[in-house]
Amino acid sequence: MSNNVPADLRYTKSHEWVRRNSDGTATVGITDHAQHALGDIVFAETPEAGRTLAAGDACAVVESVKAASDVYSPLAGTVVAGNAALADAPEKINTDPYGDGWLWQLTPADAAAVDALLDAAGYQRVLAESAE
Amino acid sequence: MNPTPASAIAAPREPTIFDLSRSGRRAEAQMPQAMAADVPPALRRRRRPLLPEVSELQAVRHYTRLSQLNFSIDTHFYPLGSCTMKYNPRGCNQYAMLPEFLGRHPLAPVVQGQGYLQCMYELQEMLKEVTGMQGVSLTPMAGAQGEFAGVAMIRAYHHARGDLDRTEIIVPEAAHGTNPATATMCGMKVIEIPCNADGDCDIESLRKVVGPRTAGIMLTNPSTLGVFERHIAELRALVHDAGGLLYYDGANLNAILGKVRPGDMGFDVIHMNLHKTFSTPHGGGGPGAGAVGVGARLLPFLPIPVVGCDAKGYRYLDERDLPQSIGRLSGFMGNSGVLLRAYIYMRMVGREGMQRIGEYATLNANYLLARFRHEGFEPAYPTRRATHEFILTMKHSARDLGVTAMDFAKRLLDFGYHAPTTYFPLLVPECLLIEPTETEAKEALDGFVAAMVAIRKESVEDAALLKGAPHTLPVRRLDDVRAAKHLDLTWKPAA
Amino acid sequence: MAFIPHTPDDVREMLDTIGVASIDELFDEIPATLRAGPLTGIPPAMSEMQIGRLMSERAARDGRPLNFIGAGAYEHHIPAAVWAITTRGEIYTAYTPYQAEASQGTLQTIYEYQSMIASLTAMEVSNASLYDGASGLAEACLMSVRANRRSKSSRILMPRAVNPIYRKCSGAIAGNQGLRFEEVAFDPSTGQTAVESLAGYEGDDITAIVIQQPNFFGVLEDVDRLTDWGHAHGALVIAVVNPTSLALLKPPGEWGEKGVDIAVGEGQPLGVPLSSGGPYFGFMATRMEHVRQMPGRIVGRTLDLDGRPGFTLTLQAREQHIRRGKATSNICTNQGLLMTAATIYLSIVGPEGLERIASASMARTAQLAAAACAVDGVRAAFVSPRFHEILLRLDTPVAAVLEALASRGIAGGYDASGDYPELAPALLVCATETKTDEDIARYANALAAALGAARAA
Repeated sequence: MSNNVPADLRYTKSHEWVRRNSDGTATVGITDHAQHALGDIVFAETPEAGRTLAAGDACAVVESVKAASDVYSPLAGTVVAGNAALADAPEKINTDPYGDGWLWQLTPADAAAVDALLDAAGYQRVLAESAE
Repeated sequence: MNPTPASAIAAPREPTIFDLSRSGRRAEAQMPQAMAADVPPALRRRRRPLLPEVSELQAVRHYTRLSQLNFSIDTHFYPLGSCTMKYNPRGCNQYAMLPEFLGRHPLAPVVQGQGYLQCMYELQEMLKEVTGMQGVSLTPMAGAQGEFAGVAMIRAYHHARGDLDRTEIIVPEAAHGTNPATATMCGMKVIEIPCNADGDCDIESLRKVVGPRTAGIMLTNPSTLGVFERHIAELRALVHDAGGLLYYDGANLNAILGKVRPGDMGFDVIHMNLHKTFSTPHGGGGPGAGAVGVGARLLPFLPIPVVGCDAKGYRYLDERDLPQSIGRLSGFMGNSGVLLRAYIYMRMVGREGMQRIGEYATLNANYLLARFRHEGFEPAYPTRRATHEFILTMKHSARDLGVTAMDFAKRLLDFGYHAPTTYFPLLVPECLLIEPTETEAKEALDGFVAAMVAIRKESVEDAALLKGAPHTLPVRRLDDVRAAKHLDLTWKPAA
Repeated sequence: MAFIPHTPDDVREMLDTIGVASIDELFDEIPATLRAGPLTGIPPAMSEMQIGRLMSERAARDGRPLNFIGAGAYEHHIPAAVWAITTRGEIYTAYTPYQAEASQGTLQTIYEYQSMIASLTAMEVSNASLYDGASGLAEACLMSVRANRRSKSSRILMPRAVNPIYRKCSGAIAGNQGLRFEEVAFDPSTGQTAVESLAGYEGDDITAIVIQQPNFFGVLEDVDRLTDWGHAHGALVIAVVNPTSLALLKPPGEWGEKGVDIAVGEGQPLGVPLSSGGPYFGFMATRMEHVRQMPGRIVGRTLDLDGRPGFTLTLQAREQHIRRGKATSNICTNQGLLMTAATIYLSIVGPEGLERIASASMARTAQLAAAACAVDGVRAAFVSPRFHEILLRLDTPVAAVLEALASRGIAGGYDASGDYPELAPALLVCATETKTDEDIARYANALAAALGAARAA
């Protein structure tokens, strides 16, 4: 199983990733590990702009033929945009989970909260433990 | 037998009924007298619906041909675990479809329904007897609705006592997906607990989660793992002592029919799948019937209507008789025609036959398990007896040959056997859940083992043959991803 | 008579293979204290011949009254071919099409069914059917809460003119999840749900509004205005419709400016016998944008490995066996057999046949209404356009009248007095294409006699 875990991102135990953008916003998606586990993704539902999220809110759904998974917000904040391109091409989550397959962008309520998330090494350990 | 893998076989195909349609064609014998209807213009339909215009023969031939593309109990051994695909006696169908029964309006006065109502009353009584419960309602229309009724009654019971904090339903992780889905529909929180390596519920985990928030526990016994829950007495004591109630999911009642009664095990409420245990037809996915039985504590909460009997005869008990009822779950009283079939089946089976069902279902499953064991297949719970069903795991084939349980399942279709249940329960990797039922003869079971042995041989010699199976059916494996991404859910005329 | 094929030799051989001495030994994991005694409450077995005789006797006691009851279940002629095919073993004894390759017959039939329901309702998609119309409305209400993201109230406007059993059933099934149903009054002179009676909800957060067409009284609602009111107030619109009527009446997908969001109804009139209330089936159709919020099975057309078209269950990730506690519903199956009967029925009667059946039912009811209202002590509760039912107001209690009609072999209607005390004594009657001039005359005469006798008593 592929385990691409870019060093510049932050992670959660529930397999979301977070990228800090230069404009103060953050982008969220699911990890390469997660997209592999789900298989061919056929549908994704992302939160609407303006929605206020608490950390841990189930705010997106990714659906494959065999599973539908909630995606939880790693951070509290306000949604800037959902990835509209996924409506016609949900397979981007499979082909480019850390790029075009992003799920939503938000303005974090607390910019420092990102630092409290797992770093790449920490997430690698989560994956290693779950593989045992 | 070695079914030809050649895709050269001309698989039977059938166009859609819409492809057969020609404007202006019709079934003249079915036309009622033409009469004018006075519909206000603003409410009138402007364009006719897109319904097929075919002759009666075309419709008959089309649906007969479609039927021939199906596997069914009448045509194939159908060891679909957890579904109890036993023989559906034709007599049950014939006598449930007598014209008086078919023509009876559900709201007809009860004086014009005493024959039907007597059957229903006696069915309630017989179900009480085989389950050891105090009261039965026949109204739930399927197992899932029976589950809903059961959990709704548990909730109503706690509420009636002012015990409003009991909002959690405990469900073992091996349970059918309907159990947690039902608890959610009843506004309950689901607490899942694990099973141990022998397939029993993990008592220690249960001990940790029971308490003042526990509304109840939903158990399937024998469980979906094909084994009998041995610690049932301990489980019962734990949950009852904490103030919770015990729900019995009757999905596997066929295993213990006449041998153990859920009421005697201490359960407070049970649903029965009459389409499994009492052999009403599955009909390509319904109708079922999910009658519920209750102990004394839940009697006031039964869903209505229930059939009662007094000096004047049989009648429906409704809101006035059961003011605390959880209410109505269907337009009338559930799937009456299914209930009639179950009644006829139970009368034909009778007292002694009822006990033989559990015995022979168990004999057939254990015989199949023993045969598979002798042939070197791997049971998921090797230390346990089979109940009416058992699980094989194909995890070694999957690991060593890349041939999965699904590949075996698909290749079985080429050999003329319906596949067992695959990938349920989710706990067992690469599982095949196999339920032969009591109505299959030894020869059918032996033939099934022979097919599995032949397929295993193929899996070693030519794995691609299995990966591409089935080869002899009307279609080969279908692209589920395409189906979900490019939704084509209705026929549309060519542009 | 447990339909067990085993010979004594079979049993011996099988036990030897297992390595046990008796069948009883196979139950040795069950604690002895739990073992059941003889089931004395179950009568001894009967042969097929015996049960056939018993059932025929019981059926004869029920008789075959001349039926004028509707109220949610309607007597229509069913072509003989419908059930001759539906009860073929390949349909009757198959299960849910999990193995698509071995279930193409069932799957294609569902696809054809979905196409017919979508077209009949003028909606984009249909599921493979639900249990019945009443529980279908409950599922539609639950679905509206999921689909209407802007609404947070879970408030559903439910007209009092909607079938009382449907209202009760929705409360019983959906009430546990916090849905609140608010009753909307009907106009006492027309029997219609008046848009004016919604004025009190102006500015409120409403999740959905239910509109039944025709309503429980058989009266036709002003569906365009009601639908537009719902949409203008941020509510989804749920239509409850009679499928036969849709051959004549504007389909819910065309109500108002935008059409409704969810259409449900009782499928029984399409080839399913009355049969004391079941098994029937509920149909449900919606817009494509809500398809993932729709409960129940859905079949799609796709391609196989060789690129040939075939049919399979799709969108299964919504369902309980995958989504467990987060599923759209706990429903597992559809009503496969009944849905099959309806598909064959619609194929045989076709668009023209269905329109003729609807027209004849409407015309026969007009005839029945005229005949009944000519009887002394009977009048129509409402003067409004209607489909194939009419609510009559009598000058004596209905129960005694129905009893008198029953003694003359007539199932004389539904006593609506309990559900609508404000209209009592009220009798809901129905005629379909199955009724003749003679039947209607017989009914009117019997009604006159029954009322006369009741007044004399």
